[in-house]
Amino acid sequence: MKCQRCHDAESTIHFKEVADGNLREIHLCEPCAADKGFHVAVEHNKLSIATQFIWMAENLFPESSAKIGAVQCESCGLRYSQFARLGRLGCPSCYRAFEPHLNQILRRIHGSTEHKTSASAPMTHPGGGVQIVPPPVERTVDPLIELRKKLTEAIEKEEYELAAQLRDEIRELQNPTGSSSSDTGPGPLTSEDA
Amino acid sequence: MNPIAEMVQGPVGWLRNQGPEGDRILSTRIRLARNVVGTRFCGRAIDAELAALGDQIEHSSLLLPEFAEGSAVQISKLPILDRQFLLERHLISHDLTAEVGSRGLVWARDESRSVMINEEDHVRIQVLMPGFQVETAYAAAREVDEKLRVNLPFAYDESLGYLTACPTNVGTGLRASVLIHLPALVLTQRIKKILKGVTQVGLTVRGFYGEGTEVMGNFFQVSNQVTLGETEAETLKKLDRVVRQILDWEKKAENTLLSDAELQIEDKILRALGTLKYSRLLGSGEVIGLLSAARFGSTLGMKNVPPVPVLNDVLLRCQPAHLQRLAGREMVAEERNAFRAEWIQKNLGVSDVPRREV
Repeated sequence: MKCQRCHDAESTIHFKEVADGNLREIHLCEPCAADKGFHVAVEHNKLSIATQFIWMAENLFPESSAKIGAVQCESCGLRYSQFARLGRLGCPSCYRAFEPHLNQILRRIHGSTEHKTSASAPMTHPGGGVQIVPPPVERTVDPLIELRKKLTEAIEKEEYELAAQLRDEIRELQNPTGSSSSDTGPGPLTSEDA
Repeated sequence: MNPIAEMVQGPVGWLRNQGPEGDRILSTRIRLARNVVGTRFCGRAIDAELAALGDQIEHSSLLLPEFAEGSAVQISKLPILDRQFLLERHLISHDLTAEVGSRGLVWARDESRSVMINEEDHVRIQVLMPGFQVETAYAAAREVDEKLRVNLPFAYDESLGYLTACPTNVGTGLRASVLIHLPALVLTQRIKKILKGVTQVGLTVRGFYGEGTEVMGNFFQVSNQVTLGETEAETLKKLDRVVRQILDWEKKAENTLLSDAELQIEDKILRALGTLKYSRLLGSGEVIGLLSAARFGSTLGMKNVPPVPVLNDVLLRCQPAHLQRLAGREMVAEERNAFRAEWIQKNLGVSDVPRREV
């Protein structure tokens, strides 16, 4: 789409605004946007920090990353592959769903996978708050997630025999009949474990 | 009165005084990222979900004494110019200026406290304070956090802390940053080495507007990178310690400059002041450099330099959307530059600008 102002350059800045109840779309090229005084802070891909770390983890564990890409959060339906592309998780439960792989990423970003509690931790379960969706039901534990977690730990401890065994078990579970595992639709909502 | 129209007229409330170490540190900012249990993160939720939650966050925020005289807006209902205005005011993020859905902002009258609604996370509490006051600003943010929590169950996990949309914020959800002015370290070319050292201890350095923006006018934003595995107190202490160290180096570099090149430095500053006071066209990038030089003059104890609070205020309010809002019309760059030059002369009390009689 051409810039609406100079009608010459390709538009790269897009705005939508509602004025007097009408939606107005504005498409400008960068020089015109700058001339109109819009901050076009050249954001080096905003996702860069998170996605960089994800890609690093994938390069380190290419074998497992191909498989984990299909892992899906039962609560919001986000797949790991989508997370890897966007760098953003879908809901609080994603942290559990993607735990083994996410731990690698968290360690690279923060040098840690464990929150250090302080006075800011909620003193009580925030159960007194307003419920926005129906109360969460019991979370089903995915045996694959458990196995992957153990696998990661085994690799970390350099227990390669155990790791190989776990890897076979994971393969077995993922491919019981030789076909790829299919999704069984949205699972139950997971508990927040607050 | 439209809250933004009111903001356009006067100086920025929280920036009225210069605050501790205000000669070299413009402001301290604290941000807490929180999400509400039971709603998917903003990137994944449908707009109806966000709209319902957004209302709830807005109501809960407006109940707090912090926002007793505050205002609330839905970003998508604002004209683009007003969104740019709020961005220049450091109240919303760059990403939020382009959003269409149920994104909002609640802010206190003096703008020291604000809540961004449905940005990347459902709730982003922000506190802005003048000068260097990491602890005080954090305590203020925690107050808002504690009070909001009464009505909003925040997603929190025993082992991961506060759960955020991006894994870079999980844990404390805390981003503490200090906007620091380092002309002497830039002039003595020591800055690169120092910034490299800063990143090695787990802090990041960014430009004037935060993430992804360039450094302008010797202003650097130093903030923590790590949010998991260290307590809030540890994060703040580290930032405090490193910033104090940088301040120390900056002061040493100032002394070096004064003993080696006093005349050249003063000349640079005076020329910048001359341009600020006597010109017809001032660009937005240029003016930041000039204000930086004037600020440096004040830091070095030069007399008859505009005081730091005035320079801070001018720095914030001479940005493009501010000027256009003040003029009440859209202006192209050249019109703005003329308007800016005149507005700055007025704010610096310059009344003897030579003009051609017409």
